[in-house]
Amino acid sequence: MSSRRIFARPARFAAIAPYVWMVLFFLVPFAFVLKISLSQTAIAQPPYEPVFDLTAGWDALKAAFAALSVDNFKLLVSDDIYVFAYVRSLTVALTATSLLLLIGYPIAYGMARLPQRWQAVAMVLVIVPFWTSFLIRIYAWINILQHDGLLNQVLLALHLVSQPVVWLSTDTAMYIGIVYSYLPFMILPLYATLAKMEPALEEAAADLGAPPWQVFWLVTFPLSLPGVGAGVLLCFIPIVGEFVIPDLLAGSNALMIGQTLWLEFFTNKDWPVASAAAIVLLVVLLVPLLLYERLQKRQLERGR
Amino acid sequence: MRKVSRLSRFNIASLALGLAFLYLPILILVLYSFNASRLVTVWGGWSLRWYHEFFNDRAMIEAAWMSLRVAVASATIATLLGTLAAVALSRGERFRGRTLFSGMLYAPLVMPEVITGLSLLLLFVALNAERGFWTVTIAHTTLTMCFVAVVVQSRLGSLDRSLEEAAMDLGCDPVRAFVAVTLPLIAPAIVAGWMLAFTLSLDDLVIASFTTGPGSATLPIRIYSEVRLGVKPEINAICTLVIALIAVVIVIASLASKLSSSQGESAAPL
Amino acid sequence: MAEELPGAKVAAEPAGGDASPAAGQPLLRIEGVAKTFGTFRAVDGVSLDIKAGEFFALLGPSGCGKTTLLRMLAGFEAPDEGRILLGGKDIAQALPHERPINMMFQNYALFPHLSVRDNIAFGLKRARMPRADIATRVAEMVALVKLEGLEKRKPDQLSGGQRQRVALARALARRPQLLLLDEPLAALDKKLRENTQAELMELQRRLGMTFIIVTHDQEEAMTMADRIGVMKSGKLAQVASPRELYEAPRSRWIAEFVGDINLFDGESKLRDGHRLVIGTPDAGALVVAEPREAVGTGKLAVAIRPEKVKLSRRGPVNEAGRETAINTLDGVIADICYLGGTTTYKVKLDTGGMLQASVANSARLDVDAYSLNQHVVAWFTPDDCVVLQS
Repeated sequence: MSSRRIFARPARFAAIAPYVWMVLFFLVPFAFVLKISLSQTAIAQPPYEPVFDLTAGWDALKAAFAALSVDNFKLLVSDDIYVFAYVRSLTVALTATSLLLLIGYPIAYGMARLPQRWQAVAMVLVIVPFWTSFLIRIYAWINILQHDGLLNQVLLALHLVSQPVVWLSTDTAMYIGIVYSYLPFMILPLYATLAKMEPALEEAAADLGAPPWQVFWLVTFPLSLPGVGAGVLLCFIPIVGEFVIPDLLAGSNALMIGQTLWLEFFTNKDWPVASAAAIVLLVVLLVPLLLYERLQKRQLERGR
Repeated sequence: MRKVSRLSRFNIASLALGLAFLYLPILILVLYSFNASRLVTVWGGWSLRWYHEFFNDRAMIEAAWMSLRVAVASATIATLLGTLAAVALSRGERFRGRTLFSGMLYAPLVMPEVITGLSLLLLFVALNAERGFWTVTIAHTTLTMCFVAVVVQSRLGSLDRSLEEAAMDLGCDPVRAFVAVTLPLIAPAIVAGWMLAFTLSLDDLVIASFTTGPGSATLPIRIYSEVRLGVKPEINAICTLVIALIAVVIVIASLASKLSSSQGESAAPL
Repeated sequence: MAEELPGAKVAAEPAGGDASPAAGQPLLRIEGVAKTFGTFRAVDGVSLDIKAGEFFALLGPSGCGKTTLLRMLAGFEAPDEGRILLGGKDIAQALPHERPINMMFQNYALFPHLSVRDNIAFGLKRARMPRADIATRVAEMVALVKLEGLEKRKPDQLSGGQRQRVALARALARRPQLLLLDEPLAALDKKLRENTQAELMELQRRLGMTFIIVTHDQEEAMTMADRIGVMKSGKLAQVASPRELYEAPRSRWIAEFVGDINLFDGESKLRDGHRLVIGTPDAGALVVAEPREAVGTGKLAVAIRPEKVKLSRRGPVNEAGRETAINTLDGVIADICYLGGTTTYKVKLDTGGMLQASVANSARLDVDAYSLNQHVVAWFTPDDCVVLQS
């Protein structure tokens, strides 16, 4: 028995309370989503036909299984609205993540090259906006982007445009909002890997005759790939399911899946379809989610 | 002595632009919350008019009160559970169900909020629970304890294990070694975890929308419904107050963690 | 609950009190201890007795199992096989906090959130010592390691040497029956390390305590320890006094591991009284003293320490030398390495081999020095040679 093992015995007891909590409020709810996604829509409260009732016994259970329907999933596949929503979600997430990487990388790189004590300051400066509310940050942009907002005033004053530009309810506004909201999530993992990198590596590359751009492409960038991976996943996954930003900043002609789900749930009161949409969203995100989880675990359990 | 600065002009420019991008919108918002004019276009002089308006808006005040209560309650429970989870994961070695446990803890970090919200609502409906303060608190706890667990776990992971061994060598059983040595050293991370949970809860719109009931809207829900109707200067004032509150929490928490930790060690970021 | 711990009881008593075993019995007896990590056998059947009041060093290259053995004594690892008897009681499966043994960690493991005073008092508080006694004992310890005036500092406000002293004081404060030191001086620079070595020895003698130190630095082990246990691949290769280890290594590996050595492989040719003639391809026939332990007639190696080899321009200089220095070898200087106190010459022997000779620089001017390619005669006595099984 090693000292780690001596410590492990009491430490395992610590798992009980959070374990029970997560099973109850994370795992079990998914069973409900799955169950309801296979139910029939009904105009009632709650607005679905319960598919099985565990108190009704074995025969009732068998009957219930027979009554399970995949109609909701068929609807999702056959109706263009949903298909488009999924495609749009993925396109938006892909575009936004690329933009985030392009904007976030130079910032993280700049941070990593600051003198040591300034790095800490820069990190705090990047994190602080993250602490201010998500909704507030979106609202701040509505202030700026609205018809008589600051951006149009500046553009008019500089005579760059002759009449106010419509910014709100456009994809541009949405991308600005997404990039703004998710930028710290991209910068921090990038910065973490870049800051850990040995400066001597870049110096060695330069010493061996590589011009600065080659030093970057052949040494710095390849070594920062774990950070790139973490940043990309950390942004991509939640953006696919994003609701607030497209709802407030983008137009209403093309919806993302988060919005569709919200609409089905709150406006159309079609809980089974909303549940089915959630299941499909989860399936779409399964691969990036698993990738992200592996990355997280490896990072945390290596113990740094 | 390093003669060539590693900082190029490109580095400085991207840093400056990046920080400006992050801060300008918030500064503008704070500035306009003190604008006497209703129109954003016009600067009508300094005024506290919109703050006054907010404090007379009963519904808004109630929502803010609800949000604060939920944030404090859920952050506290989440800190407790998240710290326990972090201890189990980083000190428990292998145990049965560990993979499932860590999976359940990492997934909500990136899971789209609509899914978490929807699934919890379906659970509450099935349980026939009355929706309001407690359902939102439970939902927020479920989400934020995962963040606490990650923050605390990364601190535990970077802690020198020989400190715990030294404590045992000097006569502590494992539990006492944890209390006397480990806990004081991870305290800054626990404080940071609470702060994170608090702000995440205060911030959340989507999960709260799913899990709350009629008549108990949180602040983000109220703000959201107002914002959908267009820009209102009163919102600027509320947002400024929320920013100020969070700033105060950050300052207090970082002071607390400075006091409790030894010099040279800072609270875990995020 | 701490009062029930044996460690707590002992901590309140002076070292070497009635807790120590009867005379003649070892304080610590390690019996056939083994530890396997996965498929790696880190410690492989080690048996060892350590007497009370002894300063014992475990020496070996990294990965030889010395640290694992030490951690088993402290209770951080439990042996898979074997017994560890402390004062006649098996403690192999006891938890760390139940043992009257304390350890000084390699990186010191000082609690960063506690002051110097609280670090030293940590173990005493666990033993439920009365407040006043704790204060007295801490003051005593602070004086012992000369840290007066720094009691309120935190570890990160101390220098490396000061931290080392706090770690020592903390480990000594409970007056353990046995103190384990894991590479205690590895983090100090050379000058400070030498001073600290002397202080540690002085302290150990004064307190009459039993120390076990783990080190990879043979000079450190030689300087400080009464006895040294050399470990290799989980086994104890030799346990001996520093002198015996150096002058009479038991195997070729130990001879090469401890200090510099010249080795010539060969075969036993002839026995003449107490002398043995060994034919080597590299250095010709060498006359050596017959070893105490009988060696086979097969492949052997002759080992000579460089400082035992004398050089001169014409061979053994005086009558006495001529008589005893039966081994004389001709060669030319191939390499010179000036080290300050000594100079090491590499002599290319006419017989083909290479011989290292270490010569003391007893004169300041280089009148005695040899130059490159100079012809020299190297000589040494049969008693200077050690015969090893090849």
